[in-house]
Amino acid sequence: MPDVKKFLYVNRKAPYGTIYALESLEVVLIGAAFEQDVSLAFLDDGVFQLTKGQNTEGIGVKNFSPTFRALGDYEVTKLFVERESLEERGLTEADLQEITYEDEDDDWAEKPSIRVVSRAEMAEIMADQDVVLSF
Amino acid sequence: MSYQVNGHTIEHDEEGYITNLSDWSIELANEIARTENIEMTDEHWEVVNFLRQYYEEYQIAPAVRVLIKAIKKSMGPEKGNNKYMYELFPYGPAKQACKIAGLPKPTGCV
Repeated sequence: MPDVKKFLYVNRKAPYGTIYALESLEVVLIGAAFEQDVSLAFLDDGVFQLTKGQNTEGIGVKNFSPTFRALGDYEVTKLFVERESLEERGLTEADLQEITYEDEDDDWAEKPSIRVVSRAEMAEIMADQDVVLSF
Repeated sequence: MSYQVNGHTIEHDEEGYITNLSDWSIELANEIARTENIEMTDEHWEVVNFLRQYYEEYQIAPAVRVLIKAIKKSMGPEKGNNKYMYELFPYGPAKQACKIAGLPKPTGCV
């Protein structure tokens, strides 16, 4: 495949209150059509985007958290979450929703998309990209 | 801009997607299909119902290639292919079927 670049979408903001989180997810879904090597990073308050049991009834906006579970269908299978950002907010991996993808190269085995990484690993992941988009 | 169904007026945008998703009904789906020159068969309904379930689960209308892949997984390769889907919905399986299903325009259709 010609010219496949590594794209990283960096998500640092809480899911609601600003439009950043939803806009980022929409750009990811639209960009997925271009068949690039896409990863998502969640750090700072961005880790709240992946928490389970979100309920937006009280604030009158759409709960778009189920859409993260469709990312596998769009062949977006790498969601890196920074461990320190979770810990600083009293969260653990168990507070995040389960997101999986089916591995085409491994008889469609279901595998987890979320990978919790350290701050140092996150820095390496960022350094390894061709394009980094911040939201 | 609006559709008329059973004496009710249902608003839609400039491309024909309904504005308020809870306005959807089977009668409305038939009316939208009529404006798209599609005669609804069981095969059409199968795709429309699949899309509505997909939206219920993931809160998005899938892009066409994602839809066809998901149909293939759910109903098999004889239905999950471009030829079958474009025969049902000649102007784009995701775009037309989403419109009939009362969903927004697919996310990631470029």
